[in-house]
This record gives sequence, C-alpha cells and structure tokens, in this order.
Amino acid sequence: MPKMGDAMEEGTLISWHKQDGETVKSGDVIAEIETDKSNVEIEAEDAGVLHIQAQPGAIVAVGKVIAIIGDAPAASNGSSTNGSSTNGSGTAPKASSPVQARTNGAKPEGKTGSDETVMGGEGAQYKMDTADDKDIARLAPTTHSKEETGPTENMTYADAIRLALQEELDRDEKVFMLGEEIGQYQGTFKITKDFLEKYGPERILDTPISEAGMVGLTVGSAMMGLRPIIEFMTLNFALVAWDGIINHAAKILYMSGGQFNVPCVLRGPGGVGVQLSAQHSQDLAHWYANTPGLKVVVPATPADAKGLLKAAIRDNNPVVFTEHAGLYRTKGDVPTDPDYVVPIGVADIKREGKDVTIVSYSRGTMLALAAAEQLAAEGIDAEVVDLRSLQPLDLDTVINSVKKTHRAVVVQEQWLFYGVAAEFAAQISSAAFDYLDAPVERVAGAFVPMPYSRVLENLAVPHEAEIIAAVKKTLERSA
Amino acid sequence: MAASPAAPAKRAEKSIRSRPALYDAHSVSIPTTSVDAVIQSLKLTDDQLRHTYQQMLDIRHFEEQCNRAFRANKVGGYLHIYIGQEAVSLGTLSDYQPGDQALSSYRDHAHCLVLGSDPGQIMAEIYGKSTGVSRGKGGSMHLFDKAHGFAGGYGIVGGNVPLAVGIGWALKHAPEYKGKGNICVCYLGDGSMNAGGFHEAMNMAQLYELPILFVLENNKYAMGTSVERSSANTDLASRVDSYAMAHSKVDGQDYFAVRGAASPIIAAMRKKPAPYFLEAVTYRYSGHGAADGAETQSTYRDSAEMDVWKERDPLRILEQNLRDRKVIDDDSHETMDKKALEMARAAAEFAENSPVCSPEELTQDVYAD
Repeated sequence: MPKMGDAMEEGTLISWHKQDGETVKSGDVIAEIETDKSNVEIEAEDAGVLHIQAQPGAIVAVGKVIAIIGDAPAASNGSSTNGSSTNGSGTAPKASSPVQARTNGAKPEGKTGSDETVMGGEGAQYKMDTADDKDIARLAPTTHSKEETGPTENMTYADAIRLALQEELDRDEKVFMLGEEIGQYQGTFKITKDFLEKYGPERILDTPISEAGMVGLTVGSAMMGLRPIIEFMTLNFALVAWDGIINHAAKILYMSGGQFNVPCVLRGPGGVGVQLSAQHSQDLAHWYANTPGLKVVVPATPADAKGLLKAAIRDNNPVVFTEHAGLYRTKGDVPTDPDYVVPIGVADIKREGKDVTIVSYSRGTMLALAAAEQLAAEGIDAEVVDLRSLQPLDLDTVINSVKKTHRAVVVQEQWLFYGVAAEFAAQISSAAFDYLDAPVERVAGAFVPMPYSRVLENLAVPHEAEIIAAVKKTLERSA
Repeated sequence: MAASPAAPAKRAEKSIRSRPALYDAHSVSIPTTSVDAVIQSLKLTDDQLRHTYQQMLDIRHFEEQCNRAFRANKVGGYLHIYIGQEAVSLGTLSDYQPGDQALSSYRDHAHCLVLGSDPGQIMAEIYGKSTGVSRGKGGSMHLFDKAHGFAGGYGIVGGNVPLAVGIGWALKHAPEYKGKGNICVCYLGDGSMNAGGFHEAMNMAQLYELPILFVLENNKYAMGTSVERSSANTDLASRVDSYAMAHSKVDGQDYFAVRGAASPIIAAMRKKPAPYFLEAVTYRYSGHGAADGAETQSTYRDSAEMDVWKERDPLRILEQNLRDRKVIDDDSHETMDKKALEMARAAAEFAENSPVCSPEELTQDVYAD
C-alpha cells in the first residue's frame, strides 16, 4: 500500500483491474485504492505475473503488500518484499515489486474494466471517506419515498445522475451538455463517461475554462429553445459566472415580459468536502435560492437525484442542480422507469417521527437521518423532512410536520447567517408559532472560510452530534 | 466633497490634452467607401434607399422624442440615447432575414426600431406601460421583441456578449435552425471590450465557428472614460486577433460604409458559419445617459470634439448622398422628415394613453410554466 500523503496511514482496496495470475505490463493500471481524500489508481511498476495478496474491501496499512508482480507462483501470504528487489536469476523468482500508485490527475488510459467510478483531477480531491459517510452509505438505501416507482436498481448517486442525463439526452434532441472535461476526458467525476462517443460533439461539448462564456452559451441557446445542461466541474467555479446566472439567466423571462424563457440546468458537485480548504469546500445553494427566477434543487438520495434531475431538464426555467460530491458514492434503489420524475418543489419525509422535526437537504438530510437513528436508540423519535429543493420551497410539508412534533431543528452545511435555517426558522415561527414548544434550532457550519487543517475543519462542519444536541435542546426547553 | 472649484476643470483639461486628434479611429486608418460601388454591388433601388433614409429619420426623431419625454418626467430610470450612431445599427441590420437574432447593450432603441418593432410599443416600454414590448418589465434598457428577432437589450456592460455565443450556437446546431443560414448580430460598446466575459465569448465564438457578427459601436467613450484612458491597445478591432477572428473597421457615420462592409460579411456567414468582428467608429452626440448633461460631459470631452463629429452626422451624410443621386429632393425630404416626427409623436401618444401596469402583473413571468 503506497503512501499517498503525509497523513495517510491506511488505504482501502476498492477493486482490482487485473486478475490474479494475469500478466501485466509496466504502467498498466492494476488496482484502485481509496485514501482519506481521494481515489487513486495503482500502476504496475514492473512487468510480470500479478499475484494478488489483498481482496477488494480490505483496509491495508501503508507499506503492507497488496500484490506481488513476478514470474513465479504467488509467494505465500504475508511475505513482505518491502520495496526491495532482488535481481533474480536462474529459477529464483524474478524481481517482485510492490505496486505503486499514481494519482488520477492524468487522463485515464482506456477502459478500466471496472464498475467503480474512477475520479480524476478535481474529482479525486472530492472523495470523502469519513465516519459520517460510512453511515450515509448505509442509510441511503433505507430512505423511503412515497412515490410509486416501479422496478428499481441499486446504484450510486453519481450513476443515478448519469442515468437521468442519458435518458433525457435520448428522449429530447434539444437537450445537450457543455462543460469542462465532460467529453474526451469522460468527465471529472465520470458522470459523462462514454457520452461523447454516444452523442457526438454537438451534444457533448467540451469547453475551455471559461465559466462566463459557458453560461452565456447556456443562456443564449436556451433562449432559442434548446435545453442546455452545463456541468460545472465544481459549483465553486460558477461564482465567476454569476453575472450570467443572476443577472441574465434568472431575469430574462421577467424583463422580456415573458417572451424569452431560459430552460437550462446548471449542475455540478458542491458542498463541503474533506480538506479541500476555503475555495473548494462550501455550500452556496441558498445564494441561488435567494434569486427570483431560479429554481434550486438539492437532492440527498440517488433516487431523488435521478428524478429531480429529469424534472430539472424538462423544466422551462433555469434550474441550479446542486450535487453533493460527498454523496456521489452513496447507493440507493433507483427507479429505472425513464419517466420517473420527481416534481421540483415537493419536500419528502424521509423518516417519520413524532418528537421533533429535523429539516435539511442534500448531505444534511443524511446527517439528519444518521442523527435520528442515534436518537431513536435513546427513545427520541425524530421526523426528517428532506426539502429536496430550496426554490420553490415546500412550506406545507415542513409546517405540517412541525404542527405534529412541536419542535424543529434545521440543518445546513452553509454558514449560519441569512441561510436556509434562518428562512425556515422565520417561516415556522410565522406559520406555526402556536404549535411550537421550543424555539427553532439551527445547526450550521461555522462562520469561517473552510480551514484546511483536519482538526479545524471538523470544528467548522456540522456533524450528527450537533444535530443531536440541538434536538435535545428543543426537548429540554419544552420539558 | 471638499474639492476646490478649480479641480474638475483641471481634470478635464488634462484628459483633453492627452487625447489624440479629434476625429480618428485611434490612429488607425479607416478605408474609404465608394457610395456608388455599394449601391451597385448590392443593387439598391431608389425605393430601398428612401426606405433606409426614412428609417434613419425615424430613429433620430424617436430618440429626440424620448429625450423630450424624459425631461417631461414621463420616463423613469436611465435613458441612453442613440443619436449620432444611427448608421451603425441600420447598416448592419439591413440584411436581416427572418430567424436572424440581434441583441445589444442598453442603448437599444434603434436596433429594435430597425428590426421592425412597433414604435408605439417601444415607447410604451420606455414609459413603463404594460403595452410595451417587454410589458413594462424591462424599460428603456431591456427592450425585447421575439417576433422581430430582437433578443434583448442588456444593462450590464459586456453581459450580452456571452449570450450571443449561445444564440449563435443554437442557430448553427438547433434542429429548428440548422442549415438555414441564420445569423446573430451582437452589438457592443468599446467599454465592454475590457470585461472578462467579452474575451471568453470571442474565444468560444471562434473556437466553435459560430455565425455571429459582433458589431463594436466604438463611440469612443465608456460612459465618461475614453478609449485612450481605458485600453492599452486602442486599435480595438485588432484585439480579436488574439482569438484568430476576422475583423475590420468602418466609418460608423456613413451608412454606405457600414452596409458595404456588413453585407458581404453576412452573406459569407450565412453560407459558412464563422464569427466576424466589425468595428464601427462612431460617436454619441448625447451624454452617456440622460443624466449625463453638458456640465458632466465637459469633464471628459470638449465641445470642439463634438463640433468635429457633428460635421459627420450620419443623417446628414446619408441625406447628402441621396440628394447627390437625386433619390431625394427638398420636397421628399420634408415629407419624410414630417412622417418621422409624426411617427415619434404618435408613439409617445400611444405610450401616454396606455394603461399602467396592473398590480397582478408584478408576479407574472418570474417563472415559466
């Protein structure tokens, strides 16, 4: 297991790209590992026969052997080559070298033959593997939705997005995509893998790093009746195109007196990551939701991601579709019906409960579900309302839930002030004041730019513990 | 606030002294145009020429009417007048075909008029009435007329330029337009060339070979900042060399010069999509906006410069060219001038008599169904 960073102590073997006993060439990608901050492919340093020593899923300490490349039968398990090589001769095993990894920033070389999503460039940095995320991965498939969905398939959030895009590209020739690295490179997060080959360069458009130009292309073509989908490599980069989004996309319908609508989707990964520091780790969805003319969608589960993205593409307005990079690898049952569409503006009760309402969206919903499960063990029955969209906002579902539970906690990753939690605190106190047994509590990120230090970052990002504490606070107040 | 009274005059003196010759294209020569050659090559009939002259008169009178309305407090907000630049929009929109799209900055009345929008509806928009082209939601800066191919006037300097890339993309690739030879004409001012989005748009337009005619209306001032004071390279058209885009300069005061340059460019673009950057060197006789009065203007330009440019009034140049060719005479000129004046007055009357927006319109068209 190669060391990929100063802090790395162990890595998870995700998959082998070569079979045990297969002959590999120097430079072949033979495996994929996951570290605390990225997914990396491992290349063979030498040519020879691969002898696999660790199985997918194994967590291996740095320096331990995961495979040996040689020309003799596999050495016994546990033998350590420790990086040394003996120039073999005669019948002795030839140079056996532990494999080395490289980061995936370079262009992937052909197909990997693996189902695992391989992330490159910015994508690699976004991989999250915290204790929280392990919970999320487990919780996701258990979430429920009231829609009749028909047959389903278990897949990741990222694959659900990919499926929605593919279905809509197939359904409507006016739908096309543009973005950085979405075509030839196959997508930073591989969401658009094989799309260029399938749909061609007129519908899968690789752009320069020109967000203002990209949004201009999106808005202008949407005005002419096309249905562009812009993929921001990450939503942080959309900030340089805010004139196009806020002052053009959102307002053209209104200031043209209804003549030109702008049917487009502005999508990409966002939210807080792990050690991505200040410019790449933030949730800004609420900024868009503050702007009339934009719709803002914030899915938490793979099924919602698929259904809401399809709704966004079919919508006649500009829709900001915020994907949480930390959810990309979470799995859930996703309806395979190509007409499965989740309407924008309808919140979903992801967990029913009677004691307190926890309102959140995107990854916050998953934290809320994890918190609710821990609370259940203590006999506290929390209801989790997943907003699914911030604009339009589904007040009724939230208000009705609060009328039932009499307590509310709103969870957001973003900075505390002027945020989603503040909005719902105001809405709840206005519409359900007489039902409240305690003030609405807000759980939010610290009011600081995201620090790089893992210790500081943990203090800046909300966790289940803060949600649980907030829930208990509402219960204590009303006890 | 405590600046001495002498300070503004001093500043003006300095900026004027640093300015080069009064009438030039920033030290770059502009080709001269043979009016007869343009008329012959485009086979322009006398009727067509009279129609063009009528259109230019219409713009002039319409804009003067707007000025009167603003002073009479009939018009709110900002008002950006096009007087002095008429030959630019007219010369580049004379080849309009159904399906073509045009978009401009906030100085947008003329483009909308030339495309055939109803003057009454344009004026009603400027008056903020619900009968306006944008139903009173946009105002002077945001005229839109989808039926006539006007994809809007935009209020953020340079903001419309990236949109043109999208419109050009759709005209080239959308199933509805593909292969029909439609083009996008994007108007922009010299000020927009220093905004980042402009450069991204130029690069992408050329990279994707989109059918967009970028028309730089170089009226020499971005509000009160001259080209010399804002652009390291004052040969503005040449700046798109960086994007390998074809470009040229024309005398923006001469309709025939503009038309003579634009028509072949547009004809070629319809056959083979590719962008083109046409710089029309022109001048605005009004201030930046209605609030930019004579006193403010004295801080950035002097009256002698204005006098020089007024000798090259696009309306007088066209008139003289048509008189020389006996296309118009005193009588027809008077008739046409009167017609334009009446059009402008009728537009103002329509706007005046139109109902104000009703309260329920406030929340209409925020979202499309």
